[in-house]
Amino acid sequence: MILLDRVTKNYKKRKTPALDRVSIHVEPKEFVIVVGQSGAGKSTLLKLLTREEKPTSGKIIVGGIDYERLKDRDVPALRRRIGVVFQDFKLLPNKTVFENVAFAREISGASNREIRYTVPKVLNIVGLKGKASSYPRELSGGEAQRVAIARAIVRQPKILIADEPTGNLDPKHAWDVIAVLEKINKYGTTVLLTTHNQEIVNRLKRRVITIKDGRVISDKANGSYEL
Amino acid sequence: MQRRLITLSRVIQAGCINFVRNISLSIAATAVMVVTLTIVLFSIIANATFNNTVQQINDKIGISVYLKDSVTEDQRNELIGKFKGLSNVKSVEYISKEEALEDYRAEKKAENETDALIAVAAVENPLPETIRIKPYDPLKIDDIRTVLETEEVSKYTDKTSYSGDRKDAIDKITKATAFFRKAVFGGVVIFAIISMLIIFNTIQMAIFNRRNELTIMRLLGAKPWYIKGPFVVETMIYGLVSAVISLSLVNFLFALQSQAFDASSLGLLDISYANDYFAQNFWWFVLLQVVAGVSIGAISAMIATKRYLRVSQGGKKRKIRRLFKR
Repeated sequence: MILLDRVTKNYKKRKTPALDRVSIHVEPKEFVIVVGQSGAGKSTLLKLLTREEKPTSGKIIVGGIDYERLKDRDVPALRRRIGVVFQDFKLLPNKTVFENVAFAREISGASNREIRYTVPKVLNIVGLKGKASSYPRELSGGEAQRVAIARAIVRQPKILIADEPTGNLDPKHAWDVIAVLEKINKYGTTVLLTTHNQEIVNRLKRRVITIKDGRVISDKANGSYEL
Repeated sequence: MQRRLITLSRVIQAGCINFVRNISLSIAATAVMVVTLTIVLFSIIANATFNNTVQQINDKIGISVYLKDSVTEDQRNELIGKFKGLSNVKSVEYISKEEALEDYRAEKKAENETDALIAVAAVENPLPETIRIKPYDPLKIDDIRTVLETEEVSKYTDKTSYSGDRKDAIDKITKATAFFRKAVFGGVVIFAIISMLIIFNTIQMAIFNRRNELTIMRLLGAKPWYIKGPFVVETMIYGLVSAVISLSLVNFLFALQSQAFDASSLGLLDISYANDYFAQNFWWFVLLQVVAGVSIGAISAMIATKRYLRVSQGGKKRKIRRLFKR
């Protein structure tokens, strides 16, 4: 589902590469946790997967799409096929919860009827049924993150990338979010989760890839937090 | 096709909703546009009014050719024909001795100069037959003068009004009006350019404030037009609303002025002419303001959003490498 082959990413202003010959292979329907300290290269990895940035060298193939051959004008279509949950939520401030989730469907050209049908259902899954007409500023961190998840899954993506989705949340809300991710994975979505929350990593008992200084230092099924 | 219509209607709807939800920003941007559009509108009206005043002055510029008493009717008609044939001549008017005297009397009567009236009554009509020539372009009055100075013409004429001090005055007026015309027109152009820059800058700031929204939409996979569209629509609404407010404002000011005082003219600016000019060309101004406001808004939004819509950054410089391979 996700294949990275010796991917290197250099930034102009950094002497050492942010990612150094990283090779990762993720099977469909897998739940993979990427662990690493701040600056280890986790965010760079995710930015490469969403094509926010291009690699300096190496090959990336996601869902059968070779990024090297991907034209700029096809990037929006690629992004619509990947669900992404960001640490800082990235909700549109001037849209209500309903509109934020609906936006993800609107840009795929879904009909209004379909949107009216699916969005409440998805809000129900993440437990935000009563907040549809609230604005992001009126939500707690946990609620906002669940809106972000609802927005990511409303498109029924094959791949869901979650970049430290629990980073800004208290433990209770963090576990709510993880529970939703597990549920989605159960329905067949490949989940790639980055975190540096030791407790979550150890309790989930999933495949854990550890990155340090831009390199993969361990990749274990049923892994634990090893930093 | 249907999908495109849905997209278009969503873009327009989103633009309208944004206008309302960002009301403080909308008001600020619209206010700036109102001020700039009004200044441009006023400067256009002022330009027209000034041109009208200049035209009135220029219309008064003419050359009077005084004929010798010995000139026969045929000779006179020949002269008139000759003047009419000149390219810069707008009109040629013949004034007989009697008409000249009547004019003179009327003029002196109006000025209450009884001495002059009595003096003129005591003698036989001393005033010459006159041909009045009005030029199209007072700046090129020299063309006419050259003809007047030729032997064929000057043998019939006493003198012309285009000589000595009068000549200087005419030359000065024509040069000054030509300069002011250009200066006022230049002013209109400069105001228009400055206004465009201010509007562009305002919209750029407004979009800069909301660049996060653009980034988020981009990351979610919205196509560039889907992201840009609502911003373009929103700024077009700024343009439309400010055009309407600006026109209403100017209209109101003129109405207020005509109620408050009856100033037929104020210095060089003939306010009643300005009023008429605005009223006569009202629909043109509506069109101008709306088109200018809407298009400047839309173009500014398109330029301002562009930088936040780059798909991705970094990567191999593929093009360059390909060039080297060749």
